[in-house]
Amino acid sequence: MLNPQLKLNTKIFNEDVEQVPIRKGFGLGLVIAGEADKNVVALCADLTESTQMHLFKEKFPERFVQVGVAEQNLATVSSGMAAMGKISFMSSYAMFSPGRNWEPIRTSICYNDRPVKIIGSHAGISVGPDGGTHQAIEDIAITRVIPNLDVISPCDALEAKRATIQIAKTKTPTYLRLAREKTPIITTEETPFKIGKSEIYWMPDMGLAQVGIIATGALLYRAIMVAKELASENNGEGIKIKVMNLATIKPIDIEAIITLAKECRAIVTVEEHQIAGGMGSAVAEVLAQNCPTPVEFIGVHDSFGQSGTQDELTEHYGMGKESIKEAVRKVLKRKV
Amino acid sequence: MYLTQSKIFDLEKKANDIRISIIESLIEAKSGHTAGPLGMADVFTLFYFHILRHDSKNPSWPERDRLVLSNGHICPVLYATMAHAGYFGVEELKTLRKFGTRLQGHPHREYLPYVETSSGPLGLGLGQAVGMALADRMDNGANIERYIYCFLGDGELDEGANWEAVMLAGKNKLRNLIAIVDRNNIQIEGYTEDVMPLESLADKWRAFNWHVIEVSGHDFQALNEAVEQAQAIYEKPTVIIAHTIPGKGVKEFERDYRWHGNPPGSGPEDKIKKAEQGAVVLAELRTLGGQIVSEHQ
Repeated sequence: MLNPQLKLNTKIFNEDVEQVPIRKGFGLGLVIAGEADKNVVALCADLTESTQMHLFKEKFPERFVQVGVAEQNLATVSSGMAAMGKISFMSSYAMFSPGRNWEPIRTSICYNDRPVKIIGSHAGISVGPDGGTHQAIEDIAITRVIPNLDVISPCDALEAKRATIQIAKTKTPTYLRLAREKTPIITTEETPFKIGKSEIYWMPDMGLAQVGIIATGALLYRAIMVAKELASENNGEGIKIKVMNLATIKPIDIEAIITLAKECRAIVTVEEHQIAGGMGSAVAEVLAQNCPTPVEFIGVHDSFGQSGTQDELTEHYGMGKESIKEAVRKVLKRKV
Repeated sequence: MYLTQSKIFDLEKKANDIRISIIESLIEAKSGHTAGPLGMADVFTLFYFHILRHDSKNPSWPERDRLVLSNGHICPVLYATMAHAGYFGVEELKTLRKFGTRLQGHPHREYLPYVETSSGPLGLGLGQAVGMALADRMDNGANIERYIYCFLGDGELDEGANWEAVMLAGKNKLRNLIAIVDRNNIQIEGYTEDVMPLESLADKWRAFNWHVIEVSGHDFQALNEAVEQAQAIYEKPTVIIAHTIPGKGVKEFERDYRWHGNPPGSGPEDKIKKAEQGAVVLAELRTLGGQIVSEHQ
């Protein structure tokens, strides 16, 4: 069942569940953050509407900087503004920022430890028809290795809004990973969000879970669907699963991951990213050091993306519901 | 502010003291860059002892001018100048590049918060200076009297990121931003025009809507006037292309690109043997190339 304490969207299992692009939540959150703090500024590399930063630009034109198609400069200028007391939000597609401008982010933002918020929109393969060049599936790996940098990957538009408002209040360099396509709304305005804290979104009606699924970003929805469907197998005597929303990938919620692993003794990680270096790798680092546990990884297997619809690509690259179910069954067999 | 002859004389003496400190710290460190720091010693001296609004006893004074050093590898001159300006003791210069030092091989704000930005990887300083100038104008309007200065190397202009920043500053008419290019014509592997031609450098900046001033990087009066002119230019950022002699002050090093990245003791041996490089260079600086002769000799 959905964790009742988190006030999640009870309509999530309806056919007509509301769907909103995650980036929209960022756009709305940035306006709220801008209203709360006049030092919040926004910079964009010629993708203002696409990254939903236009909402802020329309409301606070004097606090918006258009840098043109120049992602290295996007990073350094954002850092310079932060040096003068601003909270800089810089947006582009994840492929270009933090993709193109990784080293300027490392040196001018993170090495200087300045409050710059890197907004990477259109992350994952769900960008769809644009094809592999625009599908950032390496961005978690390249950001989570940089000291001082927080990495956050919201599961829906409402969580993206809350995350945006909260990261505007921290002095920490932060990467916020957003997806382009419409995504089912899982949370509500009342659902809690705290940087660095994971939450269990789905749990068995009774008793301990047999498998823990740890998901981040939009695929959390599919993970919850899988948990519900597997639980209802065998006349309701199916596999008992807990699903964790690991929205903050760094700093990672070590304690909660260990607790989940100790209960389930089998973990499946789910992310729209390369398996190498991604969220699953971060979870495996925690488990290997603290609580060795069999893990199955759902993600892209060392390949580039291609054109297609979101659903087609999710299935093709092994991140659909059937793939997740298969991973759950496989990890159950590996339990010791 | 006008420079009197006696002030210029003081600055020249100070610059020589700073060159001696640069060499002493490099000899101790056994690695680091020599040519660029010696070449920029006059520019740093003029800024820290005449132009910059700063307070070494209150380094985080909010009203201070900002000086961004983009080509962080010439930090021996930054550290030596800051020490002589009172930010920390001159003795500390001997910790350059050693474990636990505040004087990292390339500047790091976490260790030495007095520097405005960490730097080393080339091409990132000007963008940060542009951001500072934009933010300051956002808060204080176009007529602000505080300046953001950015020192850049000429070789580092090979980095495309610089030109992204040049373009943005020109677009935004950042009159509170003044860039100083150390035009010493050398980089690691040779002369700039062989490695990657930069000329016509002034025309390149002009094409991006900057005001350009060319001046000797060793003439205090002319440099000072160039900065004053830059401050008077409205509706444009200004770049001062300061023509400097790499290795300035040590005739065996001057204009020789092989001294870009070597400290005395590890440099080319065709003029001075490695073992003698440190002592010869220090003697040359201490006597101003033989002009000062001790009466005890």
